Amino acid sequence: MTTTAPTRLVDHFSRGLAAPICLTWELTYACNLACRHCLSSSGRRDPRELSTAECRAVIDELERLQVFYVNIGGGEPTVRADFWELVDYATAHHVGVKFSTNGVRITPQVAARLAASDYVDVQISLDGATAEVNDAVRGAGSYATAVRAMENLAAAGMRGFKLSVVVTRHNVSQLDGFAALADRYGAQLRLTRLRPSGRGADTWDELHPTAAQQRELYDWLVAAGENVLTGDSFFHLSAYGQALPGLNLCGAGRVVCLIDPVGDVYACPFAIHDEFLAGNVRDTGGFTGVWRTSELFATLREPQSGGACASCGHYDSCRGGCMAAKFFTGLPLDGPDPECAVGHGVDALLARGEAAPPRSSVDHSRPAARAAAGTRRSGGPVPVTIGRAPHLAGATAAGSHPRPPVSACEENPLAGFDPATTGR
Amino acid sequence: MEQSVLEQVDPTVPAVDTTTAGDAGLVDDLLVEEVSIDGMCGVY
Amino acid sequence: MRRLLSTGQPAGAAAPADGAGGSDSAAFFDLDRAWRLHPRVSVRPESFGALLYHFGTRRLSFLKEPALLALVEALPAHPSARAAAAAVGVPDARLGHYQQALATLAASDMLVLG
Repeated sequence: MTTTAPTRLVDHFSRGLAAPICLTWELTYACNLACRHCLSSSGRRDPRELSTAECRAVIDELERLQVFYVNIGGGEPTVRADFWELVDYATAHHVGVKFSTNGVRITPQVAARLAASDYVDVQISLDGATAEVNDAVRGAGSYATAVRAMENLAAAGMRGFKLSVVVTRHNVSQLDGFAALADRYGAQLRLTRLRPSGRGADTWDELHPTAAQQRELYDWLVAAGENVLTGDSFFHLSAYGQALPGLNLCGAGRVVCLIDPVGDVYACPFAIHDEFLAGNVRDTGGFTGVWRTSELFATLREPQSGGACASCGHYDSCRGGCMAAKFFTGLPLDGPDPECAVGHGVDALLARGEAAPPRSSVDHSRPAARAAAGTRRSGGPVPVTIGRAPHLAGATAAGSHPRPPVSACEENPLAGFDPATTGR
Repeated sequence: MEQSVLEQVDPTVPAVDTTTAGDAGLVDDLLVEEVSIDGMCGVY
Repeated sequence: MRRLLSTGQPAGAAAPADGAGGSDSAAFFDLDRAWRLHPRVSVRPESFGALLYHFGTRRLSFLKEPALLALVEALPAHPSARAAAAAVGVPDARLGHYQQALATLAASDMLVLG
């Protein structure tokens, strides 16, 4: 019989678990859209993306680890030819699936299939309650695509799918409108935080909510209670008062992580940068080896002292906010969040100096998308590599003529894929 | 690193205490905690 | 620091099983009925206890003691929760405490009559 008081769940979780509870799995960098704030800078398929067999091997590992579910995203995951095969494989192997989509392939037949499945959930992305607000960020026609998908899901009898919104300066006035949309289609509303990640780095200044809007959002969420999901992405706002539902801590590398399309494992999908790269599923120990032995994750699982935030009375509730938000705005990780509810982030940004914030070298944007994203704060060099795709650099295995590079317009996510030359 | 700005905790904002004094023992005593699977940050 | 749901129902969750009081009386759990884990619940032991995930409600429960996990796993093999508790060695003095935990699990549909 134990005599010590049980520790809180957050204490166990912040030390990390032997396996993730859930995780994000970006299946492809290909996408039919070019959202201005895309956290994964998606657009073009990467020639090194995991094969179907490699994806199945990852699912086998997740089953062994008893990861409860994966959120499959991208890019637009449904453009992969093997998307349904992988979803079915996951659910047959006791891994729950929710996939995030812009709705492009949610036809009536697909909707019927989803409505019939107990183990697959779907999350439709939308960033405006009106086409005008939405399409300004996600592109012309994207609102219509999402609504059509929701209509199909509702008509097929699928209830409780997710309508997921990234809160921006321009849509925070539409929260009631989003709730109405969700109700109309029998969906559950989800509001999540914009981070300065991926193409979001270029649009952050323009799109992130003002301090006043952030307070408005918090009050709205408190009133909405458990009915509106947040993915715990607003834990930095708990400094305002009562905590919102959720664990209220950063799960990156502790209870969650990201597997990206080429098998790289990052602490979280908002931190696609070498600084937060833990390993690759193609490494000898597979995903399990990365999760359990990565130095990065070991560091994240150490007790966090709070650094500059330790003297603030709110640290215990806000935990210093979001690592990715700090990193990509050039702030130290042991200091306040750029959107610190008490305003310390503003001070920190002013104290930041002139050095450009870090930028990820992982960028699959289609060229027009990058140009349209807006003026970069840094003005630094744009990494461009001109030449053959890596697998064409030398002679091919069979000595056959090298194929021309796959066109950037190629929709087939598996075009150019050659099992003989994939991997290390 | 100097932290003079950050030492000036806004006195008008109360320190957060999300449990009442009466709850504190109860919170630590419960053998079961629950959260939504959507309740952990870092999954989109 | 986080909202505990021992006295509330998440939106969309199934109604609490018979044998437990309504959603506001989580303290009542009928120890003299037979109980089992809901078939849609996945149990993942941890060093500190266990994680339980319900694939239907998408709720995650965290059992804070290995002994509580042992009790939950013993439930289907006994005609009553009380018998299961005795079988796994729960001291009488702790039974009320465990009963409260079982009530929480029943209220969120993790445990059902069986």
